[in-house]
Amino acid sequence: MRQHLRVLSLLAAAMLVLVACAGGDAVTTTAPTTDTTAAPTDTTETTEATTETTAGATTTSGAVAACDSSVGLVFDIGGRGDQSFNDSAAAGLERAADEMGITFTEASPNDDGSNRAELLQLAADASDIVLAIGFLFEGDAAAVGAENPEVSFAVVDSPMLDFTDNPEGVPYGDNIAGLVFSEEQGSFLVGAAAALKSTTGTIGFIGGVSGVGGLIEKFEAGYQAGAMAVNPDIEILSEYITAAPDFDGFNAPDRAREIALAMYDGGADIVYHAAGGSGAGLFEAASVASDTSGSKVWAIGVDSDQYNTADPAVQEFILTSMLKRVDVAVFEAIRAQCEGTFTAGPTAYDLSVDGVGYSTSGGFVDDITDQLEDFKAQIVSGDIVVPTEPS
Amino acid sequence: MSLSRRILLALAAPVVALVVALAMSSVVLVLSGSNPLEAFADMIGHASRLETMVDILNRATPIYIAGVAVAIGFRMNLFNIGVEGQYLLAALVAAHVGALVDLPGPLRIVFILVVAMAVGAAYSGFAGVLKVTRGISEVISTIMLNAIAITGLIAFLIREWQAGGAIQGGVGRVGTTPIPDSGLIPNMNPVLEFFTREIRQGKQLTGVLVVAILVGIVYHLLVNRTRFGFDLRASGINPFAAQVGGVPAKRMVVSAMVLSGAVAGLVGMTEINQVGFFPANPIKGLGFTGIAAALLGRNHPAGIILAALIFSFLDISSGVLQFTGAASREIVVIMQGVIILAAVVAYEVASRARERQEAKSAAEALGDVKPSEEAA
Repeated sequence: MRQHLRVLSLLAAAMLVLVACAGGDAVTTTAPTTDTTAAPTDTTETTEATTETTAGATTTSGAVAACDSSVGLVFDIGGRGDQSFNDSAAAGLERAADEMGITFTEASPNDDGSNRAELLQLAADASDIVLAIGFLFEGDAAAVGAENPEVSFAVVDSPMLDFTDNPEGVPYGDNIAGLVFSEEQGSFLVGAAAALKSTTGTIGFIGGVSGVGGLIEKFEAGYQAGAMAVNPDIEILSEYITAAPDFDGFNAPDRAREIALAMYDGGADIVYHAAGGSGAGLFEAASVASDTSGSKVWAIGVDSDQYNTADPAVQEFILTSMLKRVDVAVFEAIRAQCEGTFTAGPTAYDLSVDGVGYSTSGGFVDDITDQLEDFKAQIVSGDIVVPTEPS
Repeated sequence: MSLSRRILLALAAPVVALVVALAMSSVVLVLSGSNPLEAFADMIGHASRLETMVDILNRATPIYIAGVAVAIGFRMNLFNIGVEGQYLLAALVAAHVGALVDLPGPLRIVFILVVAMAVGAAYSGFAGVLKVTRGISEVISTIMLNAIAITGLIAFLIREWQAGGAIQGGVGRVGTTPIPDSGLIPNMNPVLEFFTREIRQGKQLTGVLVVAILVGIVYHLLVNRTRFGFDLRASGINPFAAQVGGVPAKRMVVSAMVLSGAVAGLVGMTEINQVGFFPANPIKGLGFTGIAAALLGRNHPAGIILAALIFSFLDISSGVLQFTGAASREIVVIMQGVIILAAVVAYEVASRARERQEAKSAAEALGDVKPSEEAA
């Protein structure tokens, strides 16, 4: 009997831990919902603040006609409120609703991502176009897209090409598009900015998750190339928070903070992150390191203009951000659907259409804008070809 | 105590747990401004579609196998928290080796299953050996082995074994070399369609369901119909008495961990057979859901089926809430938590009630002690 009770109490204790874990998840996922009122405002500011660097994309938008299409958008794990990737997509969706009057539904997958296919199917049942935010949707979007030929599908960060029978790749279907970004080009520019601004000759890079088909390595490669273009002798510290299949690296601010502090201790005075939600830890580390050492160190944001989305207390440490205009891509995909110009296969968002870029909020890079614009022109013209794999 | 009463008591606990969970979730829904009836109606309506049922069964299959893996350990007081790491490691190795060997279809299927079981058994057996030779609690060692498996071994191996050609196919399809179609367990759509109608939306009922059913049958026979199963249960109820009675305690610990790990190795087969390779972003967390399923199902082969279906139903049908807007999807997480908590409490209450009953009937049979005195 005593034994029996002991087992039960052990189980009960373990279950409490499990329930507590589940509760924690619920809290982290609900917290953003309370933020949603704030998040769109933030991202709108982002759009305004960055009109300079994205003039191309904004002008190509031009005047838009009203549209009665229905849009279904499925977020990456975490959903709204990440101040980065998902929020950028949400901003594009809301802009489409404001300017074209489309109706939309949105959904977020379970914490383990096990119901992506079901959500895509549910979205397809209710929509003319389904937008999937994140490369993890590739397999499911290809499968669900094939079953729903009358619905358009667009997946962010995946070319949506099938390489099984053709090494060049063919679209998975006439209704399936991919929205891809030249992150290495944007990273090149912030790498150049870092090298131009660094006084110690050492800079750092923090990646979220390594080993996912080279996605985050693209950021590192561009950053390296950009820094080396300015200063061939520059020392670049580089570290990834986790390796696939552990995807916690995109949401581990505490670990990003420790890595960043070590980098600042090691002489780096500028650190760039490509780690989604973990970036908050980097910004905090920059603030802490500046306070303790007495000399100012910088952080570089990613995806959104993080000068506007991050905690105001750390704003002054964000030198610039590598902009990845998921909002523009989402908006343009919806517009193409409305205008009947939806095309299958990959659509590239690179520097030439301002699909990627750098932010100038805060005015910290105003003194080097000419050099950065010069690099930009060389990349657009093809004089500089930015590598996609780190050296 | 009569048999019917016994069954009634056994059933009362999970039913009470469910009712409590429903009631508490309703309160939460009302407080958050949603209509619980509408939310539950949406979920049930969605789940009653054949295609959704296929999804539910596909999700329940790995949860059930994980539940049985955990239950084998529970039966003798071993807490195998390592199912998580065991199944992921087993699935990775099995998928990689399975794609490389050259075997005709059916043999390859069997080979992959055997490799998965062997890897799971070895990894879990390691924790068992540590327990009997070094006295390390399996709770601690399996938790740590999870970390070693997921953030260490798998992270390293998946990079080593990444299929070169598949990478350019898009980062979302990164994984091990694809297994030829002939080496994958065929889906069970024809069987289901024979009884119902054509399955649409390209949904495929996983063939691993058959493996899960076999696992359940073997588990039932092993525990209830063999000498080993008797020793297992005896060690669980009272290890000292079992040892005195001639049960080799150390060997039982290692055997139970090995068996638990072998079953755990099969958890990942659903995903491997669905996507055809081990992806860089596998579905994680099934090992922990399995603990909950074993607990809710009382380690009983049929009970775990019910538990797996309940968890799977909640996971799958919650998706529709985001589209109908009847409630937040987080309500499902709350329900899952409340069900487990309510189950623990209800089982304890039921087991006390049963003990009182037994004491009472024993006292009546002996006739020399009054129930009131016994209770005091």
